[in-house]
Amino acid sequence: MPRLRLDVALTLLVLAALALAPFIGFGANHYLTLFARIMILAAAAVSLSFLVGGAGLASLGHAAAMGVGAYAVAILDAHRLTDITIVLPVAMAAAALFSLLTGAIAIRTEGVNFIMITLAFGQMAFFTASSLAAYGGDDGYTLYDRTEIFGSRLMENRLFFHYLCLGFLVLCWGLCAMLLASRFGRVLRAARENPLRAQAVGFAPYPYRLLAYVIAGTLAGLAGVLFANATEFVAPAYMSWQRSGELIFMVILGGLGRLSGAILGAVLFVLLETWLPSLTTHWKMIFGPLLILAVLFMRGGLIGFLGARRG
Amino acid sequence: MQALNGLQLGILLFLVAAGLTLVFGVMDFINLAHGVQYMLGAYLGAAFAAATGSFWLGLLLALPAALLFGLLLEVLVFRHLYDRDHLSQVLATFGVILFLNQAMKAIWGAAPLQVPVPALLEGGVVLMPGLQYPLYRIAVLVAGIATALGLWFLVERTRLGMLVRAGATNAPMVSALGVDIRRLFMLVFAFGAMLAGFAGVLAGPIFSVEPGMGDHVLILAFVVIVIGGIGSIRGAFIAALIVGLTDTLGKSLMPDLMRLFLDPSAARQTGAALASMLVYIAMAAILAFRPRGLFPARSG
Amino acid sequence: MSSFSRRTAMGGALGLLAAPAILHAQPTGGVKIGLVAVQTGPQAALGTQLRDGYLMGLRHLNGRLGGLTAETVMIDDELRPDVAVTKVRTALERDRCDFIVGVVFSNILQAIIRPVTEANTFLISTNAGPSTFAGRGCNPFFFTTSYNNDQVHSVIGQVCEDQGYKRVFVLVPNYQAGRDAVAGFKSRFKGEVVDEVYVPLTQLDFAAELAKIAAAKPDAIFTFMPGGLGVNLVRQYRQAGLAHIPFLSTFTVDEATLPAQQDAAVGFFSAATWAPNMDNAANRRFATDFEAAFNYVPASYAAQAYDSTMLLDSAIRRAGGRLADKDAIRAGLRTADFTSVRGNFKFGVNHYPVQDFWLLRVAKRADGKFQTETVRKVLENDVDPWAAECRMR
Repeated sequence: MPRLRLDVALTLLVLAALALAPFIGFGANHYLTLFARIMILAAAAVSLSFLVGGAGLASLGHAAAMGVGAYAVAILDAHRLTDITIVLPVAMAAAALFSLLTGAIAIRTEGVNFIMITLAFGQMAFFTASSLAAYGGDDGYTLYDRTEIFGSRLMENRLFFHYLCLGFLVLCWGLCAMLLASRFGRVLRAARENPLRAQAVGFAPYPYRLLAYVIAGTLAGLAGVLFANATEFVAPAYMSWQRSGELIFMVILGGLGRLSGAILGAVLFVLLETWLPSLTTHWKMIFGPLLILAVLFMRGGLIGFLGARRG
Repeated sequence: MQALNGLQLGILLFLVAAGLTLVFGVMDFINLAHGVQYMLGAYLGAAFAAATGSFWLGLLLALPAALLFGLLLEVLVFRHLYDRDHLSQVLATFGVILFLNQAMKAIWGAAPLQVPVPALLEGGVVLMPGLQYPLYRIAVLVAGIATALGLWFLVERTRLGMLVRAGATNAPMVSALGVDIRRLFMLVFAFGAMLAGFAGVLAGPIFSVEPGMGDHVLILAFVVIVIGGIGSIRGAFIAALIVGLTDTLGKSLMPDLMRLFLDPSAARQTGAALASMLVYIAMAAILAFRPRGLFPARSG
Repeated sequence: MSSFSRRTAMGGALGLLAAPAILHAQPTGGVKIGLVAVQTGPQAALGTQLRDGYLMGLRHLNGRLGGLTAETVMIDDELRPDVAVTKVRTALERDRCDFIVGVVFSNILQAIIRPVTEANTFLISTNAGPSTFAGRGCNPFFFTTSYNNDQVHSVIGQVCEDQGYKRVFVLVPNYQAGRDAVAGFKSRFKGEVVDEVYVPLTQLDFAAELAKIAAAKPDAIFTFMPGGLGVNLVRQYRQAGLAHIPFLSTFTVDEATLPAQQDAAVGFFSAATWAPNMDNAANRRFATDFEAAFNYVPASYAAQAYDSTMLLDSAIRRAGGRLADKDAIRAGLRTADFTSVRGNFKFGVNHYPVQDFWLLRVAKRADGKFQTETVRKVLENDVDPWAAECRMR
């Protein structure tokens, strides 16, 4: 129990820091850009952690769900439909549908085959997006406008956007935590640990897992909408397996099995990715071994590391 | 001719995938860094060939060098990961990829290296009037098939091979029977690394030798072992040929196929997209009917 | 022990957050240039050429542009539009660059042009010149010291007409510049295009396409395969025994790819606005000093980047160093009062250059290095086909 409190406390501290940041000297645009990136990716990582840690489904196609949301924004923008009342439902529906269709097939497999098939679906989404010449294809699409909120351009206000992302992150975390603590979550965990026993007790794991997959995908899609607005640019690269891999890394780095770990992992990952290149162009030669050392010596990720030292 | 190219790609993939599937099958270890083993082979081959002026010497020197590197990685990093969960292995081996890709760039620069075709194998065989098929590619095909046969013999007909197969089917049992499982692991790993390196050296004159060349091959190799079934050499061989042919033929035929339905510009776009997806669609389809691959080695 | 390590962990995290603040650039009295050049991946050689050409220019100008000390922020776009957008935004927001210069590839340009120009910052392309911004899309904050892609390709079309080639096979990569290449070629070539083949930008193996060429037996082939694509194509073309079919190309055999292509490319043709052997004072100085400094033969990517430094120098000087006065800077840029290494140079109404175009051939030099050499001038003071549609003034 004390372990749990530590990582939650640390995450709350990080969130508080993010909330206060604009007022304690980090209000410049480039900081807000960095924070937005951290918060949006953290939200996507939380939804993935929910899948991986809660349901035991390590999806290597999560970035594709995010990309679907981002592309919803881009495609609607190309047709001059930017109001949130249209963009939000469309993006959510698209991401949910994508997850439903791909999950329906993928969840029939297990282990490394599940990882590979989610990768395959992610790649299919990637190549489909690349072939959409009307929306930039391979080269990506620059948004003309950010999503409007009931006609207002509030999203373009950097401060508003900052708190919007923060709010979304908190919402994501809270929702996933609630789901995991509920009966639904308990069934998921049971199915992950011992599918046969779960079935014996009368729960068919498949529908629960599929539902978890769709929920996670929809949350990722929403993160994608925010991401498109943050960068004002949408590219097929958002759906690539490398991006999916990065999300998995954030989850593992922070600590598998803990939602708050995903947030901490995302913060650490993005900060390293942003800060290391300023040290040297060959920063990946430092980053790579850092990851290796992290895995070797920080069992259970960042949280495990911090928690273990307490003792 | 495209079919020949497909076979050739398939053979190269097989060489890479064979090591991957054995390592995964016997040691339950997901090695993302297998792709960089391939890349290392290519770079070492190129470097030694340039230093000695001979492709053959380069090949001869690169193989043991690749082996040594593989063993080095095993001792430094991989050995500590055998008892960890798959995702941790993924993360750690990804770290190895990042490091080595960047190291290649730091040492040899980001631009592709060029490896000249060995003088003995220059020129081509005339397949059609006006078109030669490079002799070198035929040599690669032959070398690959020879290796595949050699592997088959090793795995199916020797005692060592039997141990490896047993290990792939049920590793704890083999250990309980008194076999030094540690040494078996190292042997499997080293051999796999060398195979991948060998593929890399062969690929040098055909494909660009550059940082990151291993990543594309890695993904395809994973597709191969998933389709073929984890731990199965036979599966890897057949799956590699399927993937190689699908990918090559798909890329050349798809756009033309699409022209039957769409105008040329759209046909090109969708054709190219579909061609790239074809391999993944094939994998998804196969997994839908045979969730454990075509020839799964694992029992239970 | 435990509370200590906890504190170190949190301190470390806060330290990480603070680091950017400490590394934050302090404003200088000079001019800040964000140089966008690909430094990762197979096309990195082109980015290196661009960067070195720019650095050569700065060196000849003693590190000052228009009298102001120049500070350069290097931006590696990794040939990925999404990465380019993120990094360029950082350059604008954190580093407060006054100009964004460079860009090898058109797709990167397309991705960053709006973020840069909407921030009222000048974007000077030194290589990418897509048709998108030459006509209706012309932009008061966008200039290019290279050319409009269409023009270069049209040179080969003209050459085919001049040489009497009736049946030509076309082979290009599948992206905007590739499509521009075909359009440009066809704008002057009136014969039969035997086949029009588009390959992925990541293609390594041209066996399929070479088979098609062999089967079609054209009078010549026209191809546009920049960087690594060109290296593989040329080698495989020669290996397949097709060298008897004239190889007419753009950006496929240039000083960036010749070191890898070597003898395989000798005798192949290209089209450009510049070649290292051009005989004028500015170019002689540039080419000699460049080779002495960097030990390789410069390509057009370097020459055009070099010209951009001279351009910026003249423009900033004309505006009296008042970087904030965008209109004055624009007027200075438009005047283009500098000596280009290619001789003739002035801007058209759409901020694309009006210049001469040449047919080049690959040759091996006495010292064993390879370069392209001028054969003859094909077009003089050529205006790109889109200029008339530009409504700027």
